[in-house]
Amino acid sequence: MNKTYFDETHCAFGHPKSTFMQWMLTIDHKRIDLMYAAVMFTFFFVAVFVALTMRIELFAPGSQIMDGDTFNQAFTLHGVLMIFLFIIPGIPAIFGNIVMPIMIGAKDVSFPRLNWATFWLYIVGCLVALASLFIGEGVADTGWTFYAPYSLNTDTNVIMALTAAFLLGFASILTGLNFLVTIHRLRAPGMTFFKMPLFVWGIYATAWIQLLATPVVGITLILAILEKYLGIGIFDPSKGGDPVLFQHLFWIYSHPAVYLMILPAFGIMSEIIPTFSRKEIFGYRTIALSSASIAGIGYLVWGHHLFTSGMSDIAKTVFSFLTFFVAVPTGVKFYDWVATMYQGKIVLSTPMLWGLGTIIMFAIGGLTGVTITMIGVDIHLQDTYYSVAHFHYAILSGVVWLMFAGMHYWFPMITGKMYSESKAKISFYIQFVGVNLLWFPMLIAGWYGMPRRYFDYLPQFEIYHQIAFVGAILTIGGMVYMFWIFYKGWTKGEKVGPNPWNATTLEWHMPYSPPPLENHTKVPYVDFDPYEYHQGEPVVKFDYETMKRID
Amino acid sequence: MSHEYIPEIAIDREGNEHEVQGWQDDFYGGKLGFWLFMLTEVMMFGAMFLALAYYNTLHPEDYFNASASLNRVLGGINTVILLVSALTMGLGLLKMRTGDVKGAKLMIWATIILATAFLIIKGFEWKAEYNHGVFLLHDKLLVGPGTLPFGQKLFFGMYFTMTGLHGLHIIIGIGLMIWLLKRINAGKVSTEHHILHWNIALYWDIVHLIWVFVFPYYYMIGAAGGTGGH
Repeated sequence: MNKTYFDETHCAFGHPKSTFMQWMLTIDHKRIDLMYAAVMFTFFFVAVFVALTMRIELFAPGSQIMDGDTFNQAFTLHGVLMIFLFIIPGIPAIFGNIVMPIMIGAKDVSFPRLNWATFWLYIVGCLVALASLFIGEGVADTGWTFYAPYSLNTDTNVIMALTAAFLLGFASILTGLNFLVTIHRLRAPGMTFFKMPLFVWGIYATAWIQLLATPVVGITLILAILEKYLGIGIFDPSKGGDPVLFQHLFWIYSHPAVYLMILPAFGIMSEIIPTFSRKEIFGYRTIALSSASIAGIGYLVWGHHLFTSGMSDIAKTVFSFLTFFVAVPTGVKFYDWVATMYQGKIVLSTPMLWGLGTIIMFAIGGLTGVTITMIGVDIHLQDTYYSVAHFHYAILSGVVWLMFAGMHYWFPMITGKMYSESKAKISFYIQFVGVNLLWFPMLIAGWYGMPRRYFDYLPQFEIYHQIAFVGAILTIGGMVYMFWIFYKGWTKGEKVGPNPWNATTLEWHMPYSPPPLENHTKVPYVDFDPYEYHQGEPVVKFDYETMKRID
Repeated sequence: MSHEYIPEIAIDREGNEHEVQGWQDDFYGGKLGFWLFMLTEVMMFGAMFLALAYYNTLHPEDYFNASASLNRVLGGINTVILLVSALTMGLGLLKMRTGDVKGAKLMIWATIILATAFLIIKGFEWKAEYNHGVFLLHDKLLVGPGTLPFGQKLFFGMYFTMTGLHGLHIIIGIGLMIWLLKRINAGKVSTEHHILHWNIALYWDIVHLIWVFVFPYYYMIGAAGGTGGH
């Protein structure tokens, strides 16, 4: 029986006998990943449930199950949980941790103990956020953006939410730092930057954003806390402060943060497309460099969140132009993926289905984003359901879907088992229909002027909300079904070898599956490109004992 | 890691051997990691300087007057103290690298004493401002008649935030140096394994470098009209 990472582990200190304590103290990147995944998906479903209560409330005009103040708290909780606890740390913490070190042939990340400490810092942040639910006036009612001056006047627990966001941001910085050093230092011999798999490129670009943008929002949140308790007046108009400055400082981070969400997701897509097209990826360098340029340009576009907040016309024009500009490298990626599929031997496995679904859905999400980049159109559509639908098309059916794609793709590597492919495809089709029913009516309602964050509405919008409700039920049902399939796959699934997909990157060249504690038996020498296929078959083959090439 | 780490060897198709860099015993990686972490400090203070400069453009007069009322003598002494402490820290690291562990410890102690002196002087400055009613949550920084004009309120709000946060970094630095001394005494930091010493020296450099920007922006912009203190 081969010993896998489920059987043995290294600990941060000491070596406790009990399995439970071994998990709590583990510094193995693969175990830490699984713990992140468990915690994050728990919060994900809590946030989904909160969203469902809002959908029920909005099923008909007038008050159904909650009052307006509770509704404010509900959408804030939904946003805070989804953004700070789930989607920002999500793909880097889950797949960056488990896949990235293996992809570059490393035994672990550069600072395994820091990785362990980071996980627990994340947990502390989560606990603070949760505690704000039950203390005093309850969870914040400001929306997840905490705009001053209201956030400094309300009696709800804004400060606890800010503290939680700060701690989670700190955890995010440390994760990014760890990954940057890992990618720079621990690549297997021979693996140059342009021989890295594209997911690693995505994580690399993301890590720079985590490192450089997060401190800005961190200090902004601290300034808000100091303002509330020590009265420094920096965002308070009664002391000469400028609330719009808060919005600037907030979005300097929070706009790059959406690229921080999508870049590793695009990385997953760049793994899946060549694998299931059995073909070398088209335009490797352009995809790699477009990740880097999205990270760079993404820094300069935050102003488009402030088109209606009071900004000079010149600034608006510049920000509008820069926002159009950031769509270019994204478009480059999409054309590269489509060109990869051209004349490939496409295998419609579940990960590929999710990938293709995302190409369609993110096209809607991305192009609706380009419409609201136009200043004139934006003034009409700002703070309407149109922006809400745009955001969720891009993030739910972009980032989260690619996360699902990655879960299906790497599931056999992580667990050594296979889920039921036919059932997984059914869950995809349910969610595909569900998500479109959920968000497309909102695009139309927003176009006709339905404002976001309202708990009541005019009767003519009723039909859109009711269709969206049906979509929400389908989406949530599909998600629950999907996780049920994963559970069944893990407990009862059939055992598969290390490389069920015929993929080429290093995480599929393990001696057995699930992988052993310190990954590859030997570190390979990398003198090949990440996606080498010849007539639909992987080119590079290894002897798994010595990790020498035998092709 | 106390045990001896032996790097693995990867062999390419021609049979050439390539040494593999592991996460253990990675001096350069440890340095790179800490440099990146210091970058986050720069971004954090950078954001505060941005806010400071923005309000300066709105209220240049108030900024000038507020700056003029700061005590340039004490601030100047503190600047000199920090510059000298950066020197002692650097000398300590040089001594550590050349094998003079005793001299290195002496230099770390000197840095700790200078850092403490900085904090004491800073305390006197804050106390003087407190006595003038210029302090967080006190008379002149509140809202209403008799309080300072907008620009001065913002200036002092940022002044207490930034010098306070900088002081917090000094306190953390003192803690780190005491920890470093313990590690040296325990034999965990030595001439061969001095990455911890290296990184704490880097931290101290950032802390004094931030002050090098804080000092002119707060103390010197009003120097032309000032009285040199209260």
